[in-house]
Amino acid sequence: MRRELGRIYAVAWKDLLSEVRTKEMFGGMAVFALLTIITFNFAFDLTGVDRAASGAGALWVAVSFAAMLGLGRSIAVERDRGSLDGLLLCPVDRGVLYLGKLLSNLIFILLVEAISVPVFGALYDLPIYRPTLLLGLLLGTIGFAGIGTLFAVMASTTRAREILFPVLLFPVAVPVVIATVRVASLTLTGNTGDVGRWLNLLVGFDVVFLTIAFLVFDRIVEE
Amino acid sequence: MSDTRLRGAPPDIVSASAPPSVRVVGVTKRFGRRGVLRGITLTVQPGERVALLGPNGAGKTTLLRILATLSRPTTGTVEIAGMRPDRDAQAVRSRLGVVAHQSYLYDDLTAEENLRFYARMYAVENAAARIDEVLDRVGLTGWRNERVRTFSRGMQQRLALARATLHRPSVLLLDEPDSALDRAGVRILARLVEEHAAAGGTVVMTTHDLGLGLEVADRVVLLQHGQVVLDAPAADLGVAEIERRLGYR
Amino acid sequence: MKQGSTRGLPGWRFAQGVGVLAGVVMAIALYMAFVYAPADALQGDVQRIFYLHVPMAWVAFLAFFVTFIGGIGYLWKRHRGWDQLARASAEIGLVFTTVVLLSGSLWGKPIWGTWWTWDARLTTTLLLWFIYLAYFMLRSYVSDPERAARYAAVLGIFGFIDVPIIYKSVDWWRTLHPGPVVSTSGAAMPDSMVYTLFVALAATTLIYAYLLYQRYWIERTKDEIADYQYRMYERQLEREMREGATI
Repeated sequence: MRRELGRIYAVAWKDLLSEVRTKEMFGGMAVFALLTIITFNFAFDLTGVDRAASGAGALWVAVSFAAMLGLGRSIAVERDRGSLDGLLLCPVDRGVLYLGKLLSNLIFILLVEAISVPVFGALYDLPIYRPTLLLGLLLGTIGFAGIGTLFAVMASTTRAREILFPVLLFPVAVPVVIATVRVASLTLTGNTGDVGRWLNLLVGFDVVFLTIAFLVFDRIVEE
Repeated sequence: MSDTRLRGAPPDIVSASAPPSVRVVGVTKRFGRRGVLRGITLTVQPGERVALLGPNGAGKTTLLRILATLSRPTTGTVEIAGMRPDRDAQAVRSRLGVVAHQSYLYDDLTAEENLRFYARMYAVENAAARIDEVLDRVGLTGWRNERVRTFSRGMQQRLALARATLHRPSVLLLDEPDSALDRAGVRILARLVEEHAAAGGTVVMTTHDLGLGLEVADRVVLLQHGQVVLDAPAADLGVAEIERRLGYR
Repeated sequence: MKQGSTRGLPGWRFAQGVGVLAGVVMAIALYMAFVYAPADALQGDVQRIFYLHVPMAWVAFLAFFVTFIGGIGYLWKRHRGWDQLARASAEIGLVFTTVVLLSGSLWGKPIWGTWWTWDARLTTTLLLWFIYLAYFMLRSYVSDPERAARYAAVLGIFGFIDVPIIYKSVDWWRTLHPGPVVSTSGAAMPDSMVYTLFVALAATTLIYAYLLYQRYWIERTKDEIADYQYRMYERQLEREMREGATI
C-alpha cells in the first residue's frame, strides 16, 4: 500500500518537475483563466448588487475551461511522446497510474485557482476567502478533474480529441457545475443555509465517480 | 565482428524444467476489418537471442507490442516465463525490458531523474547503485545530470537501453534498438545482448540491419504478412539468402 | 430467411408476439388517453400529452439502464453480444429521449407560453440526450471497433449513474428558482388517469422491447458483415501470396 502511494506520488512528481522546468502548461492555463474572468466583465454585468450570483458562475466557467485545456494538454503530451506506454509497461496497477495522473492534473488546476480566485475577488470586490467556498471549489475541482482525466485519455486516441473531450465531459459534469456554483454564490451572498446539502452532493459525486474511474481505467488504456 | 562465440553459443545454465521465456500460440491480431497478425506460433527458450526480421508492415512491431503486454491478441495465447499477461500482468511486466521507437523518457528530466522514476515504478532494490551500474554499462555516466532534451537521438537510445535493463528483466524486447545508434552505441548494444543471453536471459530483437541481426542473434525468425515464414539458426543463414526470401532480389 | 425480416432468427416468434401485444395495448392506451381519461381540470385536453411524455421518459431511462448493463457485461466478459445489446438500446433510447423533449416542449407552450422550462425532468432528459449523443459521437470517432465498444461501455456506465445525480442537483437548484413544472396540475390524479398512465407505460415498454429485438439483430448483423469482409480480405491476400504477386 505504501509502495502504491509512493508510485502515485512519483507519477505526479515527474509531471510537476517537468512543468516547473518548462512552465509550458501552467502559464497558459493561468493566463487563459484570468482573461476569461476579465472577459466576463464585458459580457455580463458584474458590478451591480447581484454580482455575487452571476460572479460565482463566471469564476467556475473560467476555472473549468482552463482546467479542460490543462487536462487535454497533459494527456496529449504523454501520448504524442509515447511516454504513456512507458507507464503502462511498469508492473503497476493501472488504477494507480490513473490516480497519479489525477493528482498531477489536480495540482495544476488548483494552482490556477490559487491565482484566479484572489484576482477574481479583487476585481469584483467579492468576499472569496470563506472556507465553505474554498471547500466547494476544491471538491468540485476533484470531481471535474476526476472524470476529466479519464475522458481526456479516451478522447486522446481519436482524431478529433479537442472536440470530443468537452462533448464527453460537459454533460456528465453538470452536477459538479451546479453544486460548485451554488456553494460559491450562496457563500458570497451570505445565505449559507443550504450549503451543506450541496457539499454532500459533491462528496458523493467525487467518491462514486473516482472509484468507477479507478476501476475501469485499465480497460480504457489497453489496446 | 565475426566472433564465432556470438553465434549459436549454448547458454550455460538451462534448467530442463524452466518454462520457455516466450510462448506464443496461434496469435492473431485484427483491427476491425484489417488483419495484422495471422496465426503466430513461436517458442523461445531462456538464453536464446532471436532476430525478428521482415519488411515493413509484416507485423513485427505489433507482435512485439503484444509480447510487451501493451496490446492484447485477438485470438491465441501468450506466455512469458510460463505466466499469462491477462492473469498475472504485474508479474509478467516485471520480467520484461522493452526498447521501442518511442524512448519512454521524459525530456525535461535528467537521465538520473528518469532512471530514479522508473526504479521507483519497478521497485528496484538498491536503486542508486543499480542506476550507477546501468549508466556505466551504456556509457552515459558523465551525462547523468543532463536533461534528456539535450541528448542526441543515439544517446537517448542508449539511455532507453539503460531504462529497459534497470530492473534486471529476464526477457528483453527490442524494437529496432539500433536505428539511431552510432557505431559505439551498436557495440554497446551487441555486448549488452550477449551478456544478457549468457546470463540466461532472452532477447527478441527486430531490426532492419540484417547483418547486425545475424551477428547478434543465434536464431532468425522471418515475418511476412503477419506470418512466420522462416525460423532457423542464424548460423545457417546469410544476408543474401534472407534478402532473397524477402523478395528484395 | 426472408430478406429484410427477422423471421427464422432465435426468439422471433416470441418477438412477433410481443409486437402484436404492443399493438393491441397501444390501441387500448390510445383509447384510454383520448376517450376514457377525463380532461384535466386546469389544463384541459392539452394535458393528454402527459400519457406520451411520461412513459417515454421512463422507458428512455430503462433503455439507458440496458445500455449500462450491456456496457458492464462487455467490459467484464469481452463478448460482442453485450455491446450489440448496449448500442441497440442506446439508439432506441436516443429516439425516445427526443420524443420526450419534443412532447415536453409541445406541452409547455400552450400551458406556460414558453417552448422550454428548466424543470428537473425535462432538464435531466436534455442532458441524457447529450450523453446519448456523446455515446454515438465517441463510437464514430474511434477507429478501432473493439476500442470504440470499450469506451462506449465506460461512458454508458458513467452516464447512467450520473442521471439520478443530475436529477437531484437540478431539482434542488430549481427549489431555489422555482418555475414552470411540466406535469399534471392538481393535488391528486383521479384513478382513471392513473390507469391510463399505466396502460400507456405498458404499451411503451412493449414497443421498446420489440424495437430492441429488431435493433439488436441489425447490430449483430453489422458485426458479422465486418467479420465477413475481414475473412474475404484475408482469403484474397492468401491467394495473392500463393501466386507470388505481392510483397
